Amino acid sequence: MSGLAKCAVKVLLTVLLGGFLGATLVRMAPGFGVDEEELDTRLSHESIQSLRRTDAADSNLAAFYFHYLGRIVRGDLGTSRTLQRPVSQLLAERFPETLKSVGLGLALGWALGLPLAIFVVMTRTWYVDLFASMLGGILLCIPAAVLALLFVLMQAPGRLVLGLIVFPKVFRYSRNLLAQSSDLPHILTARAKGLGNARVLLWHILPVTAPQLLALAGISLSIAFAAAIPVEVLCDLPGIGQLAWKAALERDLALLVNLTMIVTLITVIANSASDLVGHAFRTVEP
Amino acid sequence: MKWARAAAVIFLVVLALVCLLADFLAPTSYAHQFREVPDAAPSRHHLLGTDALGRDRFTRVLYGSRVSLLLAPAAALLASLLAALIGAGAGLAGGWVERCIMAATDLFLSLPWLFLLITVRALLPLNVSPMASVTITFALLGCLGWAAAARVICADTRALCRSDFVLLARASGCDGFRLLWRHIVPNLKPIVYAQFWISIPVFILTEANLGILGLGVAEPLPSWGGLLRELESFSGLSGQPWIFVPLVLLILVVSSFHLLMENEELTA
Repeated sequence: MSGLAKCAVKVLLTVLLGGFLGATLVRMAPGFGVDEEELDTRLSHESIQSLRRTDAADSNLAAFYFHYLGRIVRGDLGTSRTLQRPVSQLLAERFPETLKSVGLGLALGWALGLPLAIFVVMTRTWYVDLFASMLGGILLCIPAAVLALLFVLMQAPGRLVLGLIVFPKVFRYSRNLLAQSSDLPHILTARAKGLGNARVLLWHILPVTAPQLLALAGISLSIAFAAAIPVEVLCDLPGIGQLAWKAALERDLALLVNLTMIVTLITVIANSASDLVGHAFRTVEP
Repeated sequence: MKWARAAAVIFLVVLALVCLLADFLAPTSYAHQFREVPDAAPSRHHLLGTDALGRDRFTRVLYGSRVSLLLAPAAALLASLLAALIGAGAGLAGGWVERCIMAATDLFLSLPWLFLLITVRALLPLNVSPMASVTITFALLGCLGWAAAARVICADTRALCRSDFVLLARASGCDGFRLLWRHIVPNLKPIVYAQFWISIPVFILTEANLGILGLGVAEPLPSWGGLLRELESFSGLSGQPWIFVPLVLLILVVSSFHLLMENEELTA
């Protein structure tokens, strides 16, 4: 099976399995099957019976699951119990905000981490390495929520926090990866033959490390999405992280499960894409 | 780096001992309110001052550290055991069983950690007693934090099953439980230990995140997450730098675990 087909199967499986788990969680949620509309004194007996017939369709788990999947395929993600609004509408409103935060965070984390790792490995300046490692080490020890709080106290833009969360992971991993690659025999030979740093990096080190760096890019997306919850909550950014937190506090499982599924789908697609591109690199590499 | 690791071990042991002796060292109960002195500065009576509700901050830091420092390893132990069971089981079974388990593990890993945690946390009751909230929080961490470790252990088990000494043991008639117990489990120990050490700082940080978001350990029981929530009310003008003590302690503990972890990774 080709790589692309494998990825498509993986994404499809994620949707099916995620949908099943999601449907089960929603069904297990307290209050499932209880319709407050039935208590409305203005409703006639026939209307109440009609409501009960609609609910009865969901009483069987398999039927509920297929009903749930069918609705997802049609783009109907259900209605938020607490906000009384369609989940798809909430997503359309809030998703761009999270994408902006995650995009900026990833750009900042990679723009700081990768060049610094390259600089440290290529120039072997111990004091820059020590400083960057210590900074990365400290940032790894601070919870995302505390970083967000510190940014609020300093009145700094909250979106930058995601960059500081991604940075240490990118820096540490790429530094180790580049250092290992730069010690390979063919790199030593290239250096012995008098090749410059830039040429060694671009022609010999980066092509070897590209698949792993691409895999790291996929993982960093997942890290940024997870960190978006505390950052958006504490910095008051109206994204899906904040929405997920509100849904968790209100136990609005229909909303929460759909949000988790969508974020999972995005990370699975991103990881599969990075795997595919990484595989292509491995195939092209002599 | 040996001296740094030694310092990390000494620091963690001393802190763990102090936390264990919190009942004797703490001047008062963690929930006791000194209503006449809320937000007090450090003094002879209150070494780290009091919080907004007049509770002694030193006492709360002691008990909070005890909760986070002792329960995170317990959760890590649970996660490592689950990972060892699932990973070793998959690696030993091989074939389609292994492929199915690893595919499920991959799917589990693609779920963003905090999204997964708050979803499952929301499924369980939120308004519970402090002790129940501690149990739920750390049991959740333990039950959901096995996936990455299981992948590593599965790969290691598979490699062990293909190794020469296991082949020789099989040829000598050693099979089944005896092979597992005498030859595979002892060789898996270093990797399980490494995964255990790796999980502890991750769980400490996750509990802190959950605590700040109000989804962790319930009040009045303190934990690092709950103590760090105080930072929300900090302002440069109030001039209370001592409320950063839990954060400093958290950074020191997590960096100490990172130092130990590097050692364990090398050993594994």
